[in-house]
Amino acid sequence: MSSSATIRQAYTGSGSVIRSLLVLCIVALLAVLLALALGSVTISPADLLAVIQGEGNALHRTLLWELRLPRTLAAFATGGLLAVAGALMQVLLRNPLADPYVLGLSGGAAVGALLAMLTGMGTLLISGSAFAGAMLATVLVFGLAHGTGSWTPSRLLLTGVVVAAGWGAVITLMLAITPSYKLPGMLYWLMGDVSYARTPWPPLIVLALSIVVVLPLARNLNVLARGPMQAAALGVSVRPLEWTIYILASLLTATAVTTAGSIGFVGLIVPHMLRLVLGNDQRIILPACALAGGTLLVLADTLARTVIAPEQLPVGVITALLGVPTFLYLLHRSR
Amino acid sequence: MSTLRTRDLVINVPGRPDGYALDMDIEPGQTWGVLGPNGAGKTTLLHTLAGLLPARSGRVLLNESSLAGLKRREIARHIGLVFQERQDSFPATVMETALIGRHPWLSPWESEQGDDQARAQQALALLDVDHLSCRLLNTLSGGERQRVAIATLMTQNPNVWLLDEPTNHLDLHHQVRVMHLLRNQARDGKTIFMCLHDLNLAARWCSHVLLLYTNGDACWGPADAMLESSALEQLYNQKLMTVEADGAPIFVPVSS
Repeated sequence: MSSSATIRQAYTGSGSVIRSLLVLCIVALLAVLLALALGSVTISPADLLAVIQGEGNALHRTLLWELRLPRTLAAFATGGLLAVAGALMQVLLRNPLADPYVLGLSGGAAVGALLAMLTGMGTLLISGSAFAGAMLATVLVFGLAHGTGSWTPSRLLLTGVVVAAGWGAVITLMLAITPSYKLPGMLYWLMGDVSYARTPWPPLIVLALSIVVVLPLARNLNVLARGPMQAAALGVSVRPLEWTIYILASLLTATAVTTAGSIGFVGLIVPHMLRLVLGNDQRIILPACALAGGTLLVLADTLARTVIAPEQLPVGVITALLGVPTFLYLLHRSR
Repeated sequence: MSTLRTRDLVINVPGRPDGYALDMDIEPGQTWGVLGPNGAGKTTLLHTLAGLLPARSGRVLLNESSLAGLKRREIARHIGLVFQERQDSFPATVMETALIGRHPWLSPWESEQGDDQARAQQALALLDVDHLSCRLLNTLSGGERQRVAIATLMTQNPNVWLLDEPTNHLDLHHQVRVMHLLRNQARDGKTIFMCLHDLNLAARWCSHVLLLYTNGDACWGPADAMLESSALEQLYNQKLMTVEADGAPIFVPVSS
């Protein structure tokens, strides 16, 4: 562990909290502008400014307002949702390696979505089916982990991992019996693809609401991170808090997966990296996760659109390619 | 100031038949030591008194109200507990850890203010860990972490202090320092109740003693009356030798 991580400023006062969040805001804004400018057609900063002011040529206007902006906002919302959900799950399970995907939520959503695609349903039904699948997976994991005794983080984690493996098998089975002309759409969904997003508003609204709900709980979460007994001794009603967090994280994940398919690693890496820099005060980490997760996915999606333009890569591939080495490096460094 | 009372309290030690019902009055100004062999239920008792574990039967009263009827947050303002084992899955600094003690006193939207930090700072200084306030907890030694845990309780500032082996991992100097601090807190009107493994610390610093036997039997009372060599020998199933030093009895286990 490096010395900068060993010694950290003792108490991050509200001044430096606002400063770090402000920096993240600016970076997020720059990422969004970059995403708007880049693509199969590059829009120069001057043209970008013109379009934003309501001028510029018609092609640029259509490109920006109808294609790139909704997609960029959807990417931002999805990334933010995944990162916040990851941070919540990590506190809930008191395991910095936990992630909604590890718990099989995305597996359930994928099975729901693929089932809808297999039976030839429309996009809206695919989204609904994915959402239902994610919530079903949530209930299943929680119910099974609960069992006859009390649920412990390790039990919840193990149940999630096993159920996720089960979903994986069902997905493989479905792919195997699917007629080949339907396969590309399914594979893109499985790898995560923001172009599925029709409108960015539902995930953006969910993201904003979740931050409002979670901020007053943030100090409770700080205490919960010290273990349930310690939290109870300091006046936290542990069981209701854990339920709230689990349901909230599941809703966020379900919304994200419904918007853009299964995108891995954002929920794992973003909170982890932010913790290394900002410490583990949830009052900072949760809003920071929303900003940084959104920024990461906006950049990844921009990369996915431009790297082999006009062809597009699924954004999940980019996050995984960025995420795996980053994560291994962080793990290696933290011993 | 708060009094903790137990009425017909039988703690729930799994797999043990009901023990002797406890009827204790733990008053402000008193320093209680709980002695007993491994597995006698010392930690279970402490957690029951903090309202963290349900009792098998009987009640715990904080002043006049039953603990079961109070909100967790309300309890946390009156009763604090230093655990024997602590989890730290996420890195946190010593100062952040001490400030956690302010949690029951702050509303959801409030954050720690200057006086909260001053309290934490003062507690860390009293426990001789203030020079470590920027260090991460997982880089400290066991004894240092123990002192941070006690400083956290002090920052919480409840009337009733429950401590599970507060001298664990502490060197001799800090053992004395911590026991001294606890006795001073009792003199200032706090109610102190702790599990101890060291008979001699109990003999020297505690005003009252509770002996917990493995079979669930218990007896309690003023320390000088309870710390009888024969009773302690039976408690630990170990022959003891008693010598007098510095005005207190010293119990030494006899080999073989």
